[in-house]
Amino acid sequence: MSDTQPDAPGLYAAREPIFPKRVSGKFRNLKWIIMAITLGIYYLTPWIRWDRGPNLPDQAVLIDLANRRFFFFWIEIWPHEFYFIAGLLVMAGLGLFLFTSAMGRVWCGYTCPQTVWTDLFILVERWIEGDRNARLRLHRQKKWDVRKVRLRLTKWIAWLLIALATGGAWVFYFTDAPGLLVDLVTGNAHPVAYTTILILTGTTFAFGGFAREQICIYACPWPRIQAAMMDEDTLTVAYRSWRGEPRGKHRKAEGAEELGDCIDCMACVNVCPVGIDIRDGQQLECITCALCIDACDDIMEKVGKPRGLIDYMALTDEVAERAGNPPRSVWKHIFRPRTVLYTALWSLVGVGLVVALFIRSDISVTVAPVRNPTFVTLSDGTIRNTYDVRLRNQHGEERPFEITIAGHPDLSVQLEGTDDGRVMVPADTTQLQRVYVLAPPNSEPAESERWDIRMWVEDTSNGDRVYKDTIFNGRAN
Amino acid sequence: MAQQPKKKQDVETTGHEWDGIEEYNNPLPRWWLWIFYATIVWAIWYTIAYPAWPGIRSATTGYLGFSTRAQVAENIAEFEARLEPMNARLAAADLNGIRGDSELEGYAVSAGAAVYKTWCAQCHGSGAAGAKGYPNLQDDAWLWGGTMEDIHYTVSHGIRNEDDPDARYSEMPAFGRDELLTGEEVEQVVNYVMSLSPVNPPVDASLVEAGAEVFEINCASCHLEDGTGDRFQGAPNLTDAIWLYGGDYDAIRETVWNARFGVMPPMGGADLSEAEIRAVATYVHQLGGGEAPE
Repeated sequence: MSDTQPDAPGLYAAREPIFPKRVSGKFRNLKWIIMAITLGIYYLTPWIRWDRGPNLPDQAVLIDLANRRFFFFWIEIWPHEFYFIAGLLVMAGLGLFLFTSAMGRVWCGYTCPQTVWTDLFILVERWIEGDRNARLRLHRQKKWDVRKVRLRLTKWIAWLLIALATGGAWVFYFTDAPGLLVDLVTGNAHPVAYTTILILTGTTFAFGGFAREQICIYACPWPRIQAAMMDEDTLTVAYRSWRGEPRGKHRKAEGAEELGDCIDCMACVNVCPVGIDIRDGQQLECITCALCIDACDDIMEKVGKPRGLIDYMALTDEVAERAGNPPRSVWKHIFRPRTVLYTALWSLVGVGLVVALFIRSDISVTVAPVRNPTFVTLSDGTIRNTYDVRLRNQHGEERPFEITIAGHPDLSVQLEGTDDGRVMVPADTTQLQRVYVLAPPNSEPAESERWDIRMWVEDTSNGDRVYKDTIFNGRAN
Repeated sequence: MAQQPKKKQDVETTGHEWDGIEEYNNPLPRWWLWIFYATIVWAIWYTIAYPAWPGIRSATTGYLGFSTRAQVAENIAEFEARLEPMNARLAAADLNGIRGDSELEGYAVSAGAAVYKTWCAQCHGSGAAGAKGYPNLQDDAWLWGGTMEDIHYTVSHGIRNEDDPDARYSEMPAFGRDELLTGEEVEQVVNYVMSLSPVNPPVDASLVEAGAEVFEINCASCHLEDGTGDRFQGAPNLTDAIWLYGGDYDAIRETVWNARFGVMPPMGGADLSEAEIRAVATYVHQLGGGEAPE
C-alpha cells in the first residue's frame, strides 16, 4: 500500500490550544448572569432549610437514597410516585426539543454545566495569567522559569479548589448538608462521600481546565441529536457573508471600495471558546455562545459600520437577504407551529403533573390477599381470609388508621396484634398489617366460591378515606 | 459538518483517491489514543490483580487474592455480625413481651419467616396451612396450646420424638387393632364423635347413644366428657370444625382403630439457636391463631 500511496498523514492530531480573548457586550453580560444564577443554584441549594416538623429532614432539597425519599421544598416524593420524575424527564425532553428547534444549541451555549464551568475556569485563567496575548506568550515560552511555574501552579490550585467545591457540593444533595460538612472535615463521612467528591473533583478539573471543547466535540451526544431537531427557521449564529465579503484589512488601499464590511480583524476568532472561524459557516464545533457577535458588533461600531455582521439568524434569512428582502423578525422564527406544538405538549405534561400533585392523597393502601392458603377454617367453622395490607402514611406525624369492610353484612374484620380494628402508623412510614376478614359458618360469603369486597382505610384523625377492592375466597374455592 | 469543502480554504485530504473520490483528513484527537493505551494498561493490571488466565486445572488466582466465594462468606459474616445485637436482645427478651415491642417483633417475624421456610415448611407447608396429619398453624385450634410459651416449647422440644426427653408426649391407644374395643363399639363411638362436630352428621344416628357410653368409658379421660379435648395431654378437641386427619366416617374410624402418632423433631439444641426458635415462634404466633398468655 505504501508503494501506491503518497506519505500517509497522521491518524491522530494533538489538541490545538485555544486562548479565548476577553469580550464584552450584551451576550457576554447575559452569560455572566446565567453563570451566576446556575452556579448559585448548584452550590447553595443544599443549604436551604425547610421546616417539615420533627420527624422529617429540614433540608429543602434532599435526595434521601437510603430511605428512598425525595424532598423538594413542600413536595415529598416516594418511590411509588416515580412517575413525577418520569414526567419531569418528559418535560426536560420536550423542553430541549422546543429550545433547539427555536434557537439551536442555546442549551450548549448558555446553560450546559460544561460551558458554565469552562467559562468559570477561563475567567480564573484570565485573572491569573492575563488575557489572550499574555497566555499565548506564556504557552509559547519553552522555559519553565519561576514566573511560569508560579502562574501555572496558582492557576491549577485555583482550579482544584473550584473543582473540590463542585464535587463537594454534589454530595450535600444526598444527605443533611451541615452534618455532612462536619463529618467530611473531621474525617467521619462515609467512604462513598469521599470517593464521589474525589471523582467529581477530578472530572471537573480535567474537563473544565483541559478538555473543554473536546468534551463537546468528541464526548457529548447532544450536538448530534440536536442537529436532527433544527430546521431552516432555527436561529443560529451566522456570518452575513454577502455583506462582509470580500473581506480586507487595507481600507485605504486601491480597490478598497470593492471590499465588504469584514475588516478581517479576527476578533470573532480570538474570542471563540471552541476555536473556530464563524465566517466559514455554521459548523459542528459551534456551541452558539454568541461571543463572536459581541466581538464583531464592538468592531463594527468602532469602524462606523452597522452592527450585526455576525448575528443570530436562520437559514431562511440568508435566502431572503441575498434576494434583497428584509429578514423575518426573531419572534416569527420563534413562534412557529412546531414550537407552539412543543410548548403545548410541554405545558400539558406540566399541568398534568401539577394536578397529580394536588389530588394525591397523603394516605394510601395496597391490599394483597394471601393465597397460601386461600382461606382458613376456624374451630367454630368460620371461614377466614388473610390480607397483607400496606398502610402508607405520608404525613409528618403518627396517624391512626381504621380498617373496615363493605360487601356483605355478615363479614367482619380483625387486625393481627390489635383488638379494636385500629392501628397506629408512624410518621412517613409504610406499615405492613395482617388483616383478617371473617365469614360466619354457613353465611353466603363463607359458602361461596368468591365474594367481592371493598376494604376501607380511614385516617380517623381527619376523616381521610381510601379504599381497595379485593376478593373473599369462600369454602367452595 | 466538520471540514465541509469551503470556498476559500483548502481542506486537507489524506491523499487517498478512488475513482475521483477523495478522503478528507479528520484525525482523531491524540488524547483519545492515550486513553486507548491506558485501557490496555488497565486490562493487563486487571488480569494480574484478579483471577483471569486459565490454566490446565485451574486459573491464576490473582495478586489481590479475590474470589467471589470468599466475598459471599465475608458478606454473610458481616451480616450476621450486624444482626448479633438484635439476636441477643431477642434471646434475652421476655417471651410474652416480644409481640408488644414493635421493633423486636418486626425483626422476629422477618427472621422467623426465613427460619420457618427452611425448617418447618416441609411438613406444615410454605403458607403454614398444614396438611393431613400436619397441623394448620394459621387456625385457632392448638393441640398443645397457642401462647408464645406453648409454641416456643413445642418448637424447642418437638412432639413424640426419641431425641428429646422433654418432648411433648401423648399416645392414643389403638382401640381396634389392640382389641380394646369390639368392631361394633368402634362403630358406635365413631358415630357419637361425628355427632359432636359440626362438620359431618353421624352416619347412623341410632348408634350415637350407645357410642356416648363407650366414649365416656374409653375416651373421656383424655378428650374430656364433653369431647373438648385436653391440651395438657395433647388430646384434640373433637367438637370443633377442624379435623387433623379428616372428619368423615372412614377417617375417624381409622383413627379410633389404629390410633395416630404424629411426630415433630426438636429444633432446640444443634439445629436452631434460641433467637431463631423465638423468631419462628413469633412468626407462627402472628399467623392468625396466636393466643394471649393466660
